[in-house]
Amino acid sequence: MTASSANAPGLRAWLTSETPSSPLQARCIQVYLGWLGLARNPLAMLGLAIVVCLILAAIFAPLLAPYDPIAQDLQRRLLPPGTPGNLLGTDELGRDILSRLLYGARITLYVVALVVVTAPVFGLLIGTVAGYAGGWVDTVLMRFTDIFLAFPRLVLALAFVAALGPGIGNAVLAIALTSWPPYARIARAETLTIRNSDFISAIRLQGASPLRIVTGHVVPLCLSSVIVRVTLDMAGIILTAAGLGFLGLGAQPPLPEWGAMISTGRLYILDQWWVATMPGLAIFTVSLGFNLLGDGLRDALDPRSSR
Amino acid sequence: MSGPGTGSLLEVEGLSIDFPTRTRTVHAVRDISFSVGREKVGIVGESGSGKTMTGRAVLGLIRPPGIVTARRMDFDGIDLTKLSEREYRRIRGNRIAMVMQDPKFSLNPVMTIGRQIDEAYRVAAGAAAGAARRRTMEMLKAVRIRDPERVYKAYPHEVSGGMGQRIMIAMMLVAEPDLLIADEPTSALDVTVQMQVLAIVDDLVSQRGMGLMFISHDLNLVASFCDRVVIMYAGQIVETCRASELHKATHPYTRGLLASLPRVDQPVERLSTLVREESWKTEPGVDARNL
Amino acid sequence: MPATSDVSGADMALLISHLDVRFGRGEEAVHAVRDVSLTVRRGESFGLVGESGSGKSTVLRAIAGLATDWTGRIAVDGEDLGRKRSKAFYETVQMVFQDPYGSLHPRHTVDRTLSEPAKIHGIGNVGGRVEALLHDVGLGPEFRFRYPHQLSGGQRQRVAIARALMLEPRILLLDEPTSALDVSVQAEILNLLQRLKHEHGLTYILVSHDLAVIAHMCDRLAVMNAGRVVEEMDVDQLRRSQPQHNYTRQLLNASLGYDRDKADSLLTFD
Ligand SMILES: Nc1ncnc2c1ncn2[C@@H]1O[C@H](COP(=O)(O)OP(=O)(O)OP(=O)(O)O)[C@@H](O)[C@H]1O
Ligand SMILES: Nc1ncnc2c1ncn2[C@@H]1O[C@H](COP(=O)(O)OP(=O)(O)OP(=O)(O)O)[C@@H](O)[C@H]1O
Ligand SMILES: [Mg+2]
Ligand SMILES: [Mg+2]
Repeated sequence: MTASSANAPGLRAWLTSETPSSPLQARCIQVYLGWLGLARNPLAMLGLAIVVCLILAAIFAPLLAPYDPIAQDLQRRLLPPGTPGNLLGTDELGRDILSRLLYGARITLYVVALVVVTAPVFGLLIGTVAGYAGGWVDTVLMRFTDIFLAFPRLVLALAFVAALGPGIGNAVLAIALTSWPPYARIARAETLTIRNSDFISAIRLQGASPLRIVTGHVVPLCLSSVIVRVTLDMAGIILTAAGLGFLGLGAQPPLPEWGAMISTGRLYILDQWWVATMPGLAIFTVSLGFNLLGDGLRDALDPRSSR
Repeated sequence: MSGPGTGSLLEVEGLSIDFPTRTRTVHAVRDISFSVGREKVGIVGESGSGKTMTGRAVLGLIRPPGIVTARRMDFDGIDLTKLSEREYRRIRGNRIAMVMQDPKFSLNPVMTIGRQIDEAYRVAAGAAAGAARRRTMEMLKAVRIRDPERVYKAYPHEVSGGMGQRIMIAMMLVAEPDLLIADEPTSALDVTVQMQVLAIVDDLVSQRGMGLMFISHDLNLVASFCDRVVIMYAGQIVETCRASELHKATHPYTRGLLASLPRVDQPVERLSTLVREESWKTEPGVDARNL
Repeated sequence: MPATSDVSGADMALLISHLDVRFGRGEEAVHAVRDVSLTVRRGESFGLVGESGSGKSTVLRAIAGLATDWTGRIAVDGEDLGRKRSKAFYETVQMVFQDPYGSLHPRHTVDRTLSEPAKIHGIGNVGGRVEALLHDVGLGPEFRFRYPHQLSGGQRQRVAIARALMLEPRILLLDEPTSALDVSVQAEILNLLQRLKHEHGLTYILVSHDLAVIAHMCDRLAVMNAGRVVEEMDVDQLRRSQPQHNYTRQLLNASLGYDRDKADSLLTFD
């Protein structure tokens, strides 16, 4: 590939070429154009920066954190923020809150990542199959979806965790199981608008199997709205995980899960406000970051908005 | 210049539309001037010559990054270049309506056709649901839909290509606009239905004094239906004439278009195709106001 | 009336007899095609004209297997077709759709659109064939990795034609292939179709509402109205303007150009 050896302006030309010469280049150009659209939106870039910070914090937690997140030091309990050595203060067991937040980012990211690879994929599959097949398949799958949709998410998650036992893994499972129905709904709605289009008829006329049509032709068109919805939901997912942690049904002590941290911190809310506030701020910031990014992605991925 | 009453409904002077892209700027429309009175003005020209963009610019529908500039754009005493988006919305669909080029894309695929026309009418006339339904059925019948009851309840994919076009026309006409911009409104209709649908539009022009911008690539149709023709090439107006004299047009581009038409009575082995000359792009455009 | 008897089975590309197509069931059902019978000889170009909504596209979709609720008989190369079509069928019959803006997948490059049929049917040397086909339809190699939104209407229609030719079919169903295109591009596409027909020995069934296009392209034609074939004629009869049925007479008359007074005299036939 000549591009890798070319200098920056050459790469730029390669990426903006109106006449790509390979599938790889065509794909790269699409990604690059999407990126340009996103980069034009300052709020989306702020969101992206927050998300990148979260990822970096999670990866480099051992390097960044001044202390071990679970090392207790009862002589340094409940120190306020700004104390030398404990920038964000310490909690009721003398653990450094900054360190716990940094390590907590790993758990948050773990939850988010696991939910993202399960719920939307499952929802997309159910939704596109239901929408494309129509008839009784559609009816059965959508009634099934409705059942899940009818329960409040936290209550259903509680029921799952109560049945499977507390723990971060089960919390993720519970969240994933309760968050797929909206994706299925979106994917089905989107599929309904494309299933009768001529390009689907055309590929049927090439003898393509329904499986091929759904995965190769329908899913790519539903993907952008689902991706956007996922980033918008991310905040909710983090909050649900935190909520489960708060109720003691998610991550178990001494894991530095943000929700669990708030839960213990609430005992000291009046006198040592920072114990609960710091993880609260972290949740707030990260949720906001995903939300802003989602909004920006919606605009960048919507083919009608640019081009 | 033209006096009030008989004069122009729409007068456009020096309209340009540019699309800056990363590599270069596309000049979709280059400094064109034209007017539409209470008459039928045909706009013809090949694909990409800027016909649709011209129509959209009049309606203020050019999306960013497109840039519209015009020395003047007057509609019935209203200066269109100064309108805010809010004021435009009051005019759009109500006083100026546009039949879009691809009906199936312009209709909502998951909403019944009846509801979509009802809604257009209710927004335009502030009518109640029952009245809107009656009016919708009337319009569907007027555009020669065979079984309006069924089509009212049908979804866009359940109607044929030509029915989709007639539905779009019905939807735009319920609001009784003063100016109708019709972008290839009948390209999927057979000639008999086309004639009947155009007769409705014709009557609106001759009886109610509606103005019509009729974008089309059917030269024979434009010649027989319109009053005046404007021929566009590469974003410019290269020629304008009375519609009845289109077959005597002189510009080599227009002649080329006419020559590429197949004829029922004169069989040929191969159709002649257009050989485009570079000079057509550089020569100055023609002013198509009052003729 | 359809001349079924005088065509020997051997040189018959397509036979349709007593075809009825419905959409939906019960009260709401739409009876889109009623008792249509047609025969098309091998190597012939057969035109279908008629009123908008008269079922022309539906006839093509029934042949192609996209409309499944039909009764009657459809035979291709002497073999009767059922509701479900085999893979081999798609190597015999292909279709080009009415609307070039809607018939290409918006997120797939030209290359992907063209190579997909070859992959489905396990045909080798996909890259080479894609290039050859693009050349065949008059598109340069620079178009290969473009997306549909980077193509004009005429270029899209060429891609759609190339896709239909990928499996080397013998019968091509063309649903108003040029009605969305301007006249100069129409001339190019029609010339292209004529050339491909000679080179590949194709049989065409062409739907169009432009009688001049039909006269230019076809040997015989059928006129449809309200789901029925009202008349079958050959192109000489069309040129000499000798219709039998009143609807056809009206159609020929209307194709001479717009005339406000004529519009009122048009009748609706059932
Ligand atoms: N968003 C855009 N960015 C760049 N160029 C554009 C954009 N939108 C339109 N154009 C260009 O503007 C020109 C005029 O387009 P327009 O749609 O007005 O053509 P048209 O005359 O209506 O053609 P057709 O008969 O095919 O509908 C074209 O060359 C097109 O490529
Ligand atoms: N999926 C569908 N569901 C219900 N009715 C349908 C469906 N598809 C087509 N029809 C109906 O069948 C009839 C024939 O449609 P068809 O598309 O074959 O017409 P056509 O002759 O191709 O017309 P045009 O020239 O306007 O394209 C129409 O009345 C249409 O409403
Ligand atoms: Mg246009
Ligand atoms: Mg059709």
